[in-house]
Amino acid sequence: MKKIVSFVLAVCLAFGSLLAGCGGGEDDVTLYVYNWGQYIAEGDEGSLDVIAAFEDRYPNIHVQYSTYDSNEIMYSKLAGGGITVDVIIPSDYMIGRMIQEGMLEELNFDNIPNYQYIDETFRNTDYDPENKYSVPYTWGTVGIIYNTKYVDEADVTGWELLWNEKYAGKILMFDNSRDAFGVAQYLLGYDVNTTDETQLQACADKLAEQKPVVQQYVMDQIFSAMENEEAWIAPYYAGDYLTMAEENPDLAFYFPKEQGFNIFIDAMCIPTCCQEKEAAELFINFLCDPEISGANMDYLGYSTPESAAKAYMDPEIASNPIAYPDDETLAKAGSFSYLPGDTSRYMESLFMTVRNG
Amino acid sequence: MKRNKSVLLSTPYILWMVAFTLIPLGVVCYYALTDPANGSFTWNNLRQLGMYLPVFGQSILYSLVSAFICLLLGYPVAYYIAHRTPVMQKILYMLVMLPMCMSFLLRTLAWVGLLQDTGIINNLLAAIGLPRLKLIRTPAAVVLGMVYNYLPYMILPLYSVIVKIDHRLIEAAEDLGCNGVQVFGRVILPLSVPGIVSGMTMVFVPAVSTFYISQKLGGTETVLIGDVIERQFKQGNNPNLGAALSLLLMVLVFVCTGILNRFAGDDGEEAVIV
Amino acid sequence: MKRVNKALTILIFIFLYIPMAVLIVASFNTGKDVTRFEGFTLNQYIRLFQDGHLLQLLGNSLVVSILASLIATVFGTVAAVGIHNLNPRLRGAVMTLTNIPMTNPDIVTGISLSLLFVFVGSKLLGQRNSLTFGTLLIAHITFNLPYVILNVMPKLNQMDPALENAAMDLGCTPLQAFFKVTLHEIMPGIVSGAIMAFTMSLDDFVISYFVSGMDFVTLPVEIYSYTKKPIQPKVYALFTLLFVLIFVLMVGMNLVQMRSDRKKSEAHGNGK
Repeated sequence: MKKIVSFVLAVCLAFGSLLAGCGGGEDDVTLYVYNWGQYIAEGDEGSLDVIAAFEDRYPNIHVQYSTYDSNEIMYSKLAGGGITVDVIIPSDYMIGRMIQEGMLEELNFDNIPNYQYIDETFRNTDYDPENKYSVPYTWGTVGIIYNTKYVDEADVTGWELLWNEKYAGKILMFDNSRDAFGVAQYLLGYDVNTTDETQLQACADKLAEQKPVVQQYVMDQIFSAMENEEAWIAPYYAGDYLTMAEENPDLAFYFPKEQGFNIFIDAMCIPTCCQEKEAAELFINFLCDPEISGANMDYLGYSTPESAAKAYMDPEIASNPIAYPDDETLAKAGSFSYLPGDTSRYMESLFMTVRNG
Repeated sequence: MKRNKSVLLSTPYILWMVAFTLIPLGVVCYYALTDPANGSFTWNNLRQLGMYLPVFGQSILYSLVSAFICLLLGYPVAYYIAHRTPVMQKILYMLVMLPMCMSFLLRTLAWVGLLQDTGIINNLLAAIGLPRLKLIRTPAAVVLGMVYNYLPYMILPLYSVIVKIDHRLIEAAEDLGCNGVQVFGRVILPLSVPGIVSGMTMVFVPAVSTFYISQKLGGTETVLIGDVIERQFKQGNNPNLGAALSLLLMVLVFVCTGILNRFAGDDGEEAVIV
Repeated sequence: MKRVNKALTILIFIFLYIPMAVLIVASFNTGKDVTRFEGFTLNQYIRLFQDGHLLQLLGNSLVVSILASLIATVFGTVAAVGIHNLNPRLRGAVMTLTNIPMTNPDIVTGISLSLLFVFVGSKLLGQRNSLTFGTLLIAHITFNLPYVILNVMPKLNQMDPALENAAMDLGCTPLQAFFKVTLHEIMPGIVSGAIMAFTMSLDDFVISYFVSGMDFVTLPVEIYSYTKKPIQPKVYALFTLLFVLIFVLMVGMNLVQMRSDRKKSEAHGNGK
């Protein structure tokens, strides 16, 4: 027994010192970055390891990286409290919501000189009109990914493809309320930023009608499901389509131009629970460096908000019509902006009912 | 004198358990009775529970079916193991326990690889010219996942009860003219009731609240209460409704296990565990 | 009947082991997908050992489960002795308390603890980071304790109280009597409780999923997030290695136990 007790004590002491050891020198800083899954170049397949490159340049900053797969999951985690995060990369509408709810810090742009490279189109946006809280990371479009081996081109006419009973059980759908409602809103011809409850209810009905043909509600699981042909049709982000198409060349991408489709911007922000604001700004600045952004986008397949970065990219990717659609296509696109808290909550509860009912 | 002193040894434990089981349940009640938007008192979360009764019903149904299948499959196995030589018993016991130590997430994921439309089983069927079957995303797949994951929790307590049954009782019954079926029905089965009850409980409780198995092996219609609760906390951002749902789940589980324990008679602390 | 039993047992064992076989085969696959075996390779193992992150998560899991099960074992054994001597009514109440985490669904335990930690941490203490290694450890100890108690209690009940009295008659202090007699008698219960606590802790996903924060994550929680993305085959390599490790440990433990059983019976034989 004594032996056990002394062993326990020894182990406790060992871990105590180990934990203290993790703290390292006084100037060492741990930066908590919370990003979408598969949303930064990590060094595989010959790409740049962005985080390692950052840690090389700033050896006293250690990045603790973790991921989420929807804006709502990220929001829940931060709103639930109990965690510290220094950098997050939410989408447009979520940034708007978090600004309204006082969850974001104002950025000190003196520490982010590379902001100068951000194109004019991506400044003064609806969600952050005064450019105080966010620095664009990527942008992209939402369209339909389908497998040409199984899906008849004649059926690919618009969002209604996702309701087509011919492909029942082979259709995937967004597992987050805003994107799922967006699809229904474009299909029904409603404004995607509506606060009208009857319109939202109609969208929920439309989504409930779709449920019997849906195989699964997914986010990042879509990669494996589409690549190994478990599913044939899915609405998703264009940048991820490019990644999937590398694995499975039968996949194609379609912009439902007639009905409209969504453009999103994901931007880097600092939440109020941040404890290392300066290091966080260094990190944001580093990602805005055109050379880094170019290498990063090469890997991601998403579109860069910095024209200057294209010089560092693979020219084929930089001119890809799916990542960078022509102006005529872009003219048909809409985008999400901030919804009042009541509307967001109402939409979420409707979506939960669709999912659980 | 001595008795009084050693009684004090249980005090820290009681305090710990009150702090980390009773008080947290109090916090769950607090959340269940507050409004997500402004934190004021409300009955709203509890009122919404009615909407979820079908989901509760479905979860209870699936997990009861799984528990019964586990019993039907597990009993012969436990009986077989209990009647081997001591060395063989040790080996087989170990083989039942081994899967319990391995990541249940990955093992469930292996089932996805086996069952999916483009999975191993369907590829084999296609290779020998048979049509592909719809295996995954069915209620049967969810039940299979539950049976697979929790079967060891049924076999082990059954084994430990059956192995202790006194052989002389069986011989006596045989001497008194019982045939094999009668011996089983009148002696062995009644004596294994404590094992059956604790096995059923150990399968039912984790199965009724699972969310991973149904997320991976179920379809859009096989939503279980665990999924709903997980989504309220991790995605829906309505932890207050999630707390109310958790409370109801807890009450239901206590009622169900209470009914089960009725069958076993009153033996709170002697309950068979593995 | 016996033959049916045997056939069924064999089938059940195949059923239990097939998914694991799938994962083990996948760890030697050159392709990413478990459903198609494209060629044999050991590269996944090399990648695994190059991935410091994955190994660190495994380390995290081991640290939590070893510490939690050790603390729970010591704490639980001491508590069991105390509970054993309580008057019956109080003992019943304490055992009900002990049964709560056992019968409570994991998801409720996880959620209730996480709500408590966040409530106390952010609202009362004003911490920014209230889900830490410490809180994860507390959660694991809490759900480990009942396993220890429920394994030790029956042994205490079975023990003849005269033994301890005899030791004290022979001049032992109560403490000495406990260490020399009681502990020895209840050791099998302590060991099985500790092992059970350790395995429960090591593979716990649900409670850790709700209780862990950003900076200390265990392997199962990370694996849950991997399964949303295309899973990296090096995870299968890790699974295979753990399988081998646990298998060897179990066989070893059984051998040691068998040897000591044999020694015991030999000693008894000589005594006669």
